[in-house]
Amino acid sequence: MANNVLKLIKENKRIDGRGFLDYRNIVIEPNVIEKPYASARVMLGDTFIIVGIHFEIGTPFSDSPDKGILITEGEVLPTASFGAEAGPPSEEEIEISRVVDRSIRESGVVDLSELVIVPGEKVLKMFIDFNIFNDDGNIVDAAVLGAVAALLTGKMPDPKYIAEHIDEVDKMNLKDVPRVPIPVRDVPIATTLALIKDKFIVDPNYVEESVADALITITHTMNDEICAVQLYHGGLGYEQVFEALNISLNKSKEIRNILLNQTKAELPSGGG
Amino acid sequence: MSDNNDGEERVFVRPDGRKADEMRPFKIRAHILRNADGSAEIRLGGNWIIVAVYGPKEHFPKFEISQDRAILNCRYHMNPYSTSERKSPKPSRREIELSKVIRNALEQALILDDFPEMSIDVFIEVAQAEGSTRVASITAASVALADAGIPMRDMVVGCSAGKYNGHIILDVGEIEDKEGEADLPIAIMPNLRKVVLLQMDGKMTHEEFKEAFDLALKGAMQLYEEQLAALKKILESMSTLEEGVKSEEE
Repeated sequence: MANNVLKLIKENKRIDGRGFLDYRNIVIEPNVIEKPYASARVMLGDTFIIVGIHFEIGTPFSDSPDKGILITEGEVLPTASFGAEAGPPSEEEIEISRVVDRSIRESGVVDLSELVIVPGEKVLKMFIDFNIFNDDGNIVDAAVLGAVAALLTGKMPDPKYIAEHIDEVDKMNLKDVPRVPIPVRDVPIATTLALIKDKFIVDPNYVEESVADALITITHTMNDEICAVQLYHGGLGYEQVFEALNISLNKSKEIRNILLNQTKAELPSGGG
Repeated sequence: MSDNNDGEERVFVRPDGRKADEMRPFKIRAHILRNADGSAEIRLGGNWIIVAVYGPKEHFPKFEISQDRAILNCRYHMNPYSTSERKSPKPSRREIELSKVIRNALEQALILDDFPEMSIDVFIEVAQAEGSTRVASITAASVALADAGIPMRDMVVGCSAGKYNGHIILDVGEIEDKEGEADLPIAIMPNLRKVVLLQMDGKMTHEEFKEAFDLALKGAMQLYEEQLAALKKILESMSTLEEGVKSEEE
């Protein structure tokens, strides 16, 4: 398999017949699970992930009393592939969770100041949990798509309502609090590229990732700013860095349209 | 670019008074730990990072052995007293991620297939952290690996750039990291012209990214000179030793 990938790349072909700059088929289904406040399932080819979003009432960090808290964690489930194991998160799982977290956080996709109940005392804590049920590569792009799809379509407990009923907060069941849309301000898109034999391909599958000389994720905001970069392994020539950035920018626009279409969501106004 | 000299441009002051394209003072010393096979320390502003290299040595456990190359282990670790709020000595998710990307950066330079079935350990201890520790760690680790005599294709040298108050800045300090708009740590192999660590946090346009990248490259080249100077010093002190031995023999 791996040798085939390399042989075909030299002939300008990919193992599954795609062009170098083609994504696999993307299917995004928001609200696939009813229990949490938001959820989505993403199929990126055979990569299958589910994202769920929960809210809790918590105490803000002392250095940001006027901001809610965002926590993103991901796990590759033992169902995901032959080699995947249950247990504490591996180095790779921690890395991808942190890249997904940065893609969401740094784009300012959620206005965390709108998650404040009482400044310095009580805020909403937002948990974005994603799981990989089947890993056919490019988990990060799928997870960011899922997280943003869930954010765009989900609702959160109204912080203003909680503030108005702050005396009863200890008895309050968060699930019964009236809900408002999650304050989404951007639609960040992560695009992952693999460098194989000095050629860039987008959306690498599992085998392509395993033979890649370098693997990099670049996340763009809806205003075409770069908001996260991660070189996972290998190295790039100086010029290749900018080639990757340009490919990523172009692909991000295309993928963002797919996301907005499939979630029937509008691009948030303003942004930035 | 921020190199025009009109009055407005001069208003921009960094928290520590530096110019936008100015590094903090830095100093690298090699061969500072007696027990290690190779070692180095770097001071970059208030950062103080100490690196030890052990190996190449027999790898345990046996089942992990690689038949065709040495295994590189790398641990980036912040000491509890390295920050103003105590840092738990337990490895955080951040430290686990950084250990991995630092290992990748060093791996690109090391000729590991010279040592099948062996392993090389790189221990990075951050004694004091003041922004840009990951890139300073790589710069020191590369010197420690050279000090250990491990064959390398090139040195690896790291430097950061970022965006603070609307300006692209070199060598991101602690306050700039916390309050700035973006952070771009890179590591390169300066002679092979390859980027081996590339991360970014925050928001930058493509033009700003290019400016920051070029600035970080310039900073890295300054640190590269310092790496060479540190290694040269060790070579010189070793040759004085040899001369001493010779003159005794005579």
